[in-house]
Amino acid sequence: MDELESTLKPLMLDGLNGDAQAHARLLKLLSDRLRAYFGRRLLASPDDVEDLVQETLLAVHLRRATYDRAQPFTAWAHAIARYKLIDHWRRRKIRATVPLDDVADFLASAPVDADAGLDLTRVLSTLPDRQRALVDDVKVQGLSLSEAGLRGGLSEGAAKVALHRALKVLAERLRHADQ
Amino acid sequence: MQTNELIDLLAADAGPVARSEPAQRLALGAGAGVMIVLVLVLGWLGLRPDLAKAMGGVFFWIKATYTAGLGVAGFWAVERLGRPGVSAKRPGAIGASILLVFVLAALAQGVGMTGPTRLVAVQGVSWTVCTRNIAVLAAPLLAITLMILRQMAPTRPTLTGFAAGAFSGALAATLYGLHCPEATFVFVALWYTLGVAVSGGVGAVLGRWALRW
Repeated sequence: MDELESTLKPLMLDGLNGDAQAHARLLKLLSDRLRAYFGRRLLASPDDVEDLVQETLLAVHLRRATYDRAQPFTAWAHAIARYKLIDHWRRRKIRATVPLDDVADFLASAPVDADAGLDLTRVLSTLPDRQRALVDDVKVQGLSLSEAGLRGGLSEGAAKVALHRALKVLAERLRHADQ
Repeated sequence: MQTNELIDLLAADAGPVARSEPAQRLALGAGAGVMIVLVLVLGWLGLRPDLAKAMGGVFFWIKATYTAGLGVAGFWAVERLGRPGVSAKRPGAIGASILLVFVLAALAQGVGMTGPTRLVAVQGVSWTVCTRNIAVLAAPLLAITLMILRQMAPTRPTLTGFAAGAFSGALAATLYGLHCPEATFVFVALWYTLGVAVSGGVGAVLGRWALRW
């Protein structure tokens, strides 16, 4: 447990200071944990696991300002994962209580392989053309934000704002994607 | 979309985040809300005519300290509850202690009174409108606070909504003191506190519904 905390927390702190590589590495490590965590709790609906992983990653990213740097990172991430799981069940009208898990349990999860998130693919197609093109350029073509912005006729700053806005819309629509 | 692609996308959006960001936003929102409440007090209710004289007395400030103290504890609780995995027990305990001390003072004052005087103290001149006024004044502040909380990450929506409502009610009650002439522990402990509680209840109901993310 301490090992993971001591790996993840510095990555989170670097990410909050604007280090994109540290942020990507954090999300990658976290996605493995989340996949195993949700996998063990969604035995009846394994197809939902990757969707929930992606929804949680979006939440972790968009709400990372709520992380208090004086607190353990894993407690913060676990609380978000747990909330997303309960919210998922609530939306599905499944009356389930989360097993009395704690942070240690969250950390002990062994990685499993990733599927593609179907909901996110679907929700992405509902974005306005301009935002979708920007997302595609960064995601698929692997362009930098400034290059992607250039293709869409945006300055780097405007591309940054547009991407952030697109991610917020995706996160919001993803929550309602399975209804 | 593959999760690795999503992660690349999120990394492209990873700018630096200021340490003070959520607390600062809440404080700015509270500042804006307080201005609105102040305008409402001035434009809708009006200042108490004897304000200058009352401000020279002690109870005006005791009353303000009570409600402002609840407001500070409420702000602290909201700031904690907006962050996942963080406990709000300390601000909760402080708020409860402030409430307890004031209620005990009111009980002591009420016990020392004769029957008819006690009734006068309980009813004051405005018991029929006090709670309602505070709850109405709190509404804009509550709306702003909930809007900011939606951008944070409250994992306990009902409790967070209650804290937001109690915080808004307590600040509204503090400004309401500029209008309201009541000056007994008994009255304030009853009707002011009830106003804060009503606002808290409204916040809890709204929070359940609005603080989903």
